[in-house]
Amino acid sequence: MARFATSWKSAAVCIAIGVLTLIFLPTFIDDFTLIEVTIYLVMAILAMSLGFIWGFGGILCFGQAAFFGLGAYTYAITVVNLGDSTLPFLLSIAVPALFAALLGYVIFYGRLSDVYMGVITLTVTLILFNLVNSTAGPAWKIGNAPLGGFNGIPAIPPLNWPGNTEQTITPRGMFNLSLGLVILVYAGLRALIASPVGHVVVAIKENEQRAQLLGYDVRVYKLFVFTLGGGIAGLAGCLFANWGSFTSPTIFGLAQSAQIIIWVIVGGLGTLVGPVVGCMLIQWLTSQIGTQQTFNSNLVLGAILVLFVLLVPKGLVPSIGSLLGRIGSRRPRPQERPGVATHEMLAEEKQA
Amino acid sequence: MDLAAVVVIQVLYGIASLVIVSAGLAVIFGMMKVINLAHGEFVMLGAYATLGAIKVGINLWVAIFIVAPVVVGLIGVVLERLVIRRLYGRMVDTMLATWGLSLLLVGIVTSVFGNTTAGISTPLGSFSIGAYSVAVYTLLIIAVAIVLGLALRAVLLNTQLGLIARGTMQNPAMADALGISPSLVYMITFAVGAALSGLAGGLLAPLTGVVPTMGGAFIAKAFITVIGGGPAILAGLIGASTFFGAINQIAAFVSTPVIGEVALLFAAIVMLRLLPQGITGRFFKGSL
Amino acid sequence: MSSDSTPLIETRGLNVRFGGVHATRDVNFTLAEAELRCVIGPNGAGKSTFFKLLTGQVKPTSGHILFRGKDISRMQPHDPGRLGIGIKTQVPSLFNGLSVWENVWLSAQRVNSPQRAKHVTHMTLERVGMLAESAALTGTLAHGQRQWVELAVVLAADPPLILLDEPAAGMSDAEVARTAELILEINRQHALVVVEHDMSFIRMIAKKVTVLHQGQVIREDTPDKIMGDPLVQQIYLGKKPH
Repeated sequence: MARFATSWKSAAVCIAIGVLTLIFLPTFIDDFTLIEVTIYLVMAILAMSLGFIWGFGGILCFGQAAFFGLGAYTYAITVVNLGDSTLPFLLSIAVPALFAALLGYVIFYGRLSDVYMGVITLTVTLILFNLVNSTAGPAWKIGNAPLGGFNGIPAIPPLNWPGNTEQTITPRGMFNLSLGLVILVYAGLRALIASPVGHVVVAIKENEQRAQLLGYDVRVYKLFVFTLGGGIAGLAGCLFANWGSFTSPTIFGLAQSAQIIIWVIVGGLGTLVGPVVGCMLIQWLTSQIGTQQTFNSNLVLGAILVLFVLLVPKGLVPSIGSLLGRIGSRRPRPQERPGVATHEMLAEEKQA
Repeated sequence: MDLAAVVVIQVLYGIASLVIVSAGLAVIFGMMKVINLAHGEFVMLGAYATLGAIKVGINLWVAIFIVAPVVVGLIGVVLERLVIRRLYGRMVDTMLATWGLSLLLVGIVTSVFGNTTAGISTPLGSFSIGAYSVAVYTLLIIAVAIVLGLALRAVLLNTQLGLIARGTMQNPAMADALGISPSLVYMITFAVGAALSGLAGGLLAPLTGVVPTMGGAFIAKAFITVIGGGPAILAGLIGASTFFGAINQIAAFVSTPVIGEVALLFAAIVMLRLLPQGITGRFFKGSL
Repeated sequence: MSSDSTPLIETRGLNVRFGGVHATRDVNFTLAEAELRCVIGPNGAGKSTFFKLLTGQVKPTSGHILFRGKDISRMQPHDPGRLGIGIKTQVPSLFNGLSVWENVWLSAQRVNSPQRAKHVTHMTLERVGMLAESAALTGTLAHGQRQWVELAVVLAADPPLILLDEPAAGMSDAEVARTAELILEINRQHALVVVEHDMSFIRMIAKKVTVLHQGQVIREDTPDKIMGDPLVQQIYLGKKPH
């Protein structure tokens, strides 16, 4: 069976699948199912944001939910105040990106190590949770938008055609937009990874010291990757706020952050499509668990995370890729992360 | 004057709480370089063990000081054998696996005990300083923290166990050659760390509502205290607890408890930026 | 030959202390453009530390480093590469998960246009004789080949100063001879500082040798004079001068 031997092939196949789904799926399923599928797509964008900064950038972020939440809240607050959704849409990407840039500056220009990176990003998302959670009460508002504290912000106005607040987005439109953005983000990131900048980022993760000795300022590259990842997570947040017309502080919580990490671990760090696969699998699993009483979702997700770290450290997509494509491959010892690209993972993704 | 005394007590209490809550993680991280993200759940398990013991009629103090540490220590042994020991040296994987364990433990406890908050009333009553009343239990926490610090120091410095542990951590191969089994030392150290966390849970049970998700409130603070403390276990623990505990309490006193938490977290980020090796990475280097 | 009086690289009173260890003591070192110098010394003499000072991996406790007259004593880790100092480290530091071509290309592409980078990568690999291995994963190569790849990586950025830390280590006699040839050829357009232990190798390439001992420069002369020097013999062999 042919395996994804070149980066062009795997990217093209994924994009093709995406486009075909975009064109044909709505004709087979009703609006209600379409809405259910849309949330998977929104989360897929979030998963890609972490997969990108961790798998390719080697940046261990335990608080990607912070940018997700900032995107959702930024959209909610600005659209309530401004009416037209065009600027809010853009701000929901820009504000998390800016926040990521500031945080990234503190971390990368301080040359802090992975472990501290994990602590700090975890801490930041907790700060946001604590702060936003305590904003219940009418005194807490930005412009016309009450923050709502632990109650969250309900009845968020949906996206409209730029300039026309009467024409708001339909479920079908939401699906199209979400899947369209999944494809766009995927294609864009793949293009970036294949570019010279992308090559340098991979090199930095491979051997930071050698990259520096060659004259590359690694802080700038990491900052760029982290900021971009923050913006993409913010985009997912905006879509999420639209999907449910609602956002609450749990979006900043530990549980949300853990979920994103689990998606990426399960799907695998070595590819961009892996986190998407992991996300959809886990989301589906979580919805199935919700229908029964014996096992609660924490238990199952926790068990999955532990088992995957112990037994399938590369994640599903690279493992299946290895199984299918490689004969007589050297099975590497599980190495230290972050997103440690073993020879095989890198070769799969980016053979020249 | 009375207010000053009360504030001082509150600040000491804040520091002492941090010491108690972080001690288990400090032992495990400081000695084994293992980041145990299930630490909060060890505390939670200690609280539940205490509640369970009281329910079957065991004396409160026995429940807190004996049952909780022993139960959680044993759980620690099991988890170390099953999961942790397979990941030694792989710091990030350990963080991920213990995060998974944390979710798993919350899930199991929720399934068994349900979601509702249980609790026990704070024993020992209170006393007055002028117009203010202070719980005696507060003083107990401060006292336990002091004893804990002294005991840790004594064990590490003066006992054979402590010496073996420190030696093994510094040079496992050498310890092995001397006939000491590193894997046994790791297991015992992890168990001790877990037991300390269980003790913390027992001590906190009369103070907070006991609920499966209570661990989440401690993990960040404990994590920050231990990492901020730096390589020296005890000096780091005391140093970081003092720094962060004081900031937490003072900020909470000046505004709201939430702001107190935020101030602690914010101070952590600033401190790590300025002192990437933690407090004892720069000051008191080479101390215990 | 050289009319330029500004040295390419110069250290003045360079000192570095790690805790109690005085690893570099008051080192005054001067290298002219396109000069080739070997640095020798017993283990622990401070040779690698000296290189780390020149590449900013270690910051001096006191003293100055000047590159073409400009003080570079306090550098960011990425500055030496940008200024024109390339280093082949004692243990080859390469991108093991990437191909040989990619390794060299990453060095070339920072200072060249995309088309030129391709050309430079090709030429440099040919020069060190590793063009045939372009597609190989660097981590899978033999030690000697890795040394050559690292040499190519350093060369591809065309730095005026190249530091080589034990370039002939672990090589067969044939490989050593080839490396010596390569270094002399490179020396036509680049200055080199070579740290080595193998005296026969040094004789193949050096006109001037600096001897380090316990962090200090104790002799600087031609290879023959160094070999015959009683102090040098004493520190290497423990012979007491009569």
